[in-house]
Parts: sequence; C-alpha cells; structure tokens
Amino acid sequence: MRAALRGAVRAPGRVRRAALCALLVVLPLPVLFASLFLGRAGLDPGQVLGAFLGRAEPTVRNLVLRVRLPRAVAAALVGADLAVAGAAFQGVFHNPLVESRILGVSAGAGLGAALAMVLRSGPAGVQILAFGGGLAAAALAASLGAAFGGGLLVLVLSGILVNSFFSALLGLIKYFADPYVQLPGITFWLMGGLPAVLWREVLPLAIVSGMGLALLLLLSWRLNLLTLSEAEAQALGLPVRRLRLGVIALGTLLTAAAVSVSGIVGWVGLLVPHAARALVGPDHLLLLPAAAGLGAAVLLLLDNVARTAFATEIPLDILTGLLGVPVFFALFMRQIQRGGGWR
Amino acid sequence: MSLEARGLTYAYVPGKPVLQGVSLAVAPGDFVFLLGANGSGKTTLLECLGGLRLPQEGTVLLDGRPVAQLAPRERAKRIAYVPQFAEAVFAFTVEELVLFGRAPHLGPWGRPGPRDREKARQALALVGLEGLVERAVPTLSGGEKRLALIARALAQEAPYLLLDEPDAHLDPAHQHRVLAVVRALAREGLGVLATTHNPNAALVYGGRVVLLRAGRTLGAGAPAAVLRPELLEAAYGIPFRAVGDGPGPQALLPRLDEGLT
Repeated sequence: MRAALRGAVRAPGRVRRAALCALLVVLPLPVLFASLFLGRAGLDPGQVLGAFLGRAEPTVRNLVLRVRLPRAVAAALVGADLAVAGAAFQGVFHNPLVESRILGVSAGAGLGAALAMVLRSGPAGVQILAFGGGLAAAALAASLGAAFGGGLLVLVLSGILVNSFFSALLGLIKYFADPYVQLPGITFWLMGGLPAVLWREVLPLAIVSGMGLALLLLLSWRLNLLTLSEAEAQALGLPVRRLRLGVIALGTLLTAAAVSVSGIVGWVGLLVPHAARALVGPDHLLLLPAAAGLGAAVLLLLDNVARTAFATEIPLDILTGLLGVPVFFALFMRQIQRGGGWR
Repeated sequence: MSLEARGLTYAYVPGKPVLQGVSLAVAPGDFVFLLGANGSGKTTLLECLGGLRLPQEGTVLLDGRPVAQLAPRERAKRIAYVPQFAEAVFAFTVEELVLFGRAPHLGPWGRPGPRDREKARQALALVGLEGLVERAVPTLSGGEKRLALIARALAQEAPYLLLDEPDAHLDPAHQHRVLAVVRALAREGLGVLATTHNPNAALVYGGRVVLLRAGRTLGAGAPAAVLRPELLEAAYGIPFRAVGDGPGPQALLPRLDEGLT
C-alpha cells in the first residue's frame, strides 16, 4: 500500500520531462507559421511559402516578410523573454508569485517610453529610452536593496519603492503631455501591443534575448541552488549575493528588451513559468527552455487574437489580463485542492 | 586535525554578545553535542564554525588555518552544514537535492555529471534513502527530509559535519534513525557537531557534550560527566533528576515534585 502510494506521488521521470521540454521548445514554430497567413488579408500556406521562396507577388511578399514575420518573431521573443525572466526571478526570490517587474523594470520602461514620446524622439527613441529606463529602475532598486543590507526582503521593498516613485514620475509626464497626440500614445504604449513592429526593432531584441537566454542556461544549475535559503547556499560554497545579482541583471535585461518593443505586458511572466514548472519540474536546465517555448507560443497566440479578433487592435495587456486572471484562479484552486503549496 | 573555535565572541547587536569567549574543538571521529537553552548561542556558534558568520573576536581554525581565509568553495569542501529547516519552495527530487552537495566540487559553470550522480547515490544509501531517489522533496516526511539533507551534506565529502537540531520535530523512531546514522558516520571518521534540546539524546548517542549558558561554556566533556542535574538546572533554570543506576545517569528528567507545575 505504502509502496503504491509512493509510486503515485513519484516525480515524473527525467526522460519524460526532457521530452516534454523538447516539445515545448519547438511548439512556437507551427504557431509562428500559422501567424503568417492569419490576418485581415487571408493568405493560404502556399502563398506564405511562396513569399519565402521568392515566388509570390510583391504585395504578398511584403506583407509576409516585412509586416507579419517581424511581428510574429517579436511576439515570440517577447513571450519567451518575459517567461524566462519570470522563471529566473521566481527562483531567485524563492517565491512563485514573483515576476521580473518586481524591481520596477516596467515602471522604468514606461517612464522612458513616455519621456521619449514627449520629447518626440521617434520609435527608435522610445525603444532605447524604454530599455534604458527599465534597466535604470532595476539598478536603482538593486542598489537601494544593497544599501539596506542586501537581503531578499529588502530587495522586494526597494522594488516597491522604485515602482511607486517611477509611476509617480510617469504620472507627472502624462499630466503635462499634450492631451491630443502624446497622451494617447503614452496610454496605448502602457497597454502593450506589437502593431507596426519593424525588423530594426526586432534585431536588437533578438540579440539581447539570445545572449540573456544563453547565459541563464549556462547558470541554470547554480540557479537551482539559489532557490535554497541563503545560509544553505552559502554553506555549499556559493557566492550567493553575487550570483543573485547576476541572475537578476540577466532577467532584467530580458524584460527591459521585451518591454521596450511590446510595451507593458503582464501575467505572462507570472503564469507561464508556473505551467512550465508543472510540466517539466523545477530544474532550470529544463524549466528555462520550456518556459521560453511556452511563453513564445502563448504570446504569439494572444497577438494573433489581438490583431485579428476585431476591426481594431486589442492591446496585449488587456488580453493577458482577461485570460491571466481566470487561469491564475484555476491554478490556485487546483493547488488548494491538491493540498499543497506552490510548487 | 580539528575544527576548532578559540575564544569566539559574536554579537548581533553591539554590546549584547550572544557568544562570549567560547572555545571548543571537534576532531575526526568525534560526535559532539551542543546543548543550551533557547537563545544561549548554539546556532550562532554552529554558524561561526561553519564560516557562515564572522565572529567579532576569536578565530575558527580548520586544521590550524583560519576558516575566514578560505575561499567559500574550499571551505564547503571541508565543512558541511545541515540547517534545521530547509526551504522547499520548489519540488526538486531527492536526487537533485543531494546533487546540490556536489556544488563545491564543480566549477562555476559546471553541472553534476555521472560521477557526481554516483556520489549522490552512495550518500543516499548511507542514510538509507536509496529507494526515494525520484521522490519530490516536499512529499517526504520530516524524518526523511532530514536524512535527505544529511545525504546532501555527505555528498559534499567534507570531513566535518555541523548539524542544527537534527532530532527536532521527529518521532522517537526517526530521531533514532537520524542520530544512529550520524553516530555511524562519526565512527567512520567524520567530525560531527550537533545542537540538540534533548539531553538524553546526547547521553545515548554522543561522544562528548558542550553545555552553553548565555553565550558561555558551562561544561564540556563526557556526556555522563556534564549532564548532571546541577549543571542542567544552571543551564535551563528548572530542577532535573537523574534516572537509572550504573556508573552514570541513564536519563535526565525535569523534577516535577519541586514546585514545577
């Protein structure tokens, strides 16, 4: 009886988890392909393939390669980045209810983007200032945390302070922005979305995403150790604080890069890591790629809904919110029914 | 060869030391129990010995060299520390948890390989958990969790083992299982220091006992010599009586007839 019980609660075998991880990693590819023929101008798969092979008429070619493909790639990268950064932050903070915005990255990015719009510095300026603002906010929170003693809780507290402060500054800019042109722009940016994404915006995002993901994967086993209490990790010879800051820096880089292209998109960074963890387990070597694949697929799907469901685009953050809350509720109820804590 | 504390003084708040000039030594093969009332400085002493805290005065010497001068990884190869509570926020398997003990033996970018897996299996076999390799840590019982943490410390292959209340919150059978495993490890040559609130566990399993009161050493030596009713009363502030006949006490119990209610 006891043996049977043990068999039932046995963690799924490593091979099965690795296979699931591989499946999640390739999951975005078919979704990405499908995204190319979905849209107001419906294309069939043959036309899409033709565009790639250079056999389609110029308008179709243009639509597929210059409009839909960069947007789909951007959606996939944003989803992957937010999910991976969320997973890394949840590990570092020993808290599955955390996401990478906890240190004020989004508030900083929002401030940067709003500033760029008020200064009329164009799309490139918005991307650069949003990216810089996000990094600056997280760096400020991290240094405040270090000044308070460097523990995890004071880091969270510093994040709350920075979030609040940057939101207030953002409010100030909105208050003084031109209400007919700039204010709507700022408001739409803060609701997230990927309309009119160009390759020159996607390229830097792809470079930062690739580097961040690769470095986090290299650190994945150490990241497992960071989920232990500080004293335990220290006793195992880990340079806890240095490593923690390194992982936070990489997660922040990914988040800032994503947000600087997409605007604010919530929930993905919180829920996708959960789902990925439920499927492949907590080992970050499998969890990070699984979260990346699942995050990319989810955001691709949501972006397809955002641009095709209605005559006008629905902002992404509204969609993730509408979907995220019930999903979160379902996950939470399932966890309560199982009688366990967050795993 | 020893892990030695010399005149340690540690204060969390300046002017209020929780350790005042404490000295003790653990040699390979020793099983030393550290006793004392709540707040007497046991855990702080353990953490100082493990190099996790730097004492304001005094030194911790590992085979004659100050622990504070060792790089964290080198220290972790020599001193293993088992906390009383381990956070298990995420459902790692028992094997994954034990493999964490290989961290000091792997480079900064390394991951455990087949050899480390083998060491983890051996460590699990030593504590008798070889059947639970694939189990998720949060599904383990309290005793199994404690044994898994000890296995992780064994996978570190450190000659010194520091245990914070290894017998706390365990039923008598699991207390025995954990302490018997630790005693066997000490007999194999490990130097072990464990805190406990149970003088009788120290009587049964311990080779030596150090009794703390308010950050100072009240007594040190063989269990039967230190764990006398007078000293225990001085340490805990309630009267004790020794039970049993023979050369020393078999058990020590609070004395209920002396106005204790």
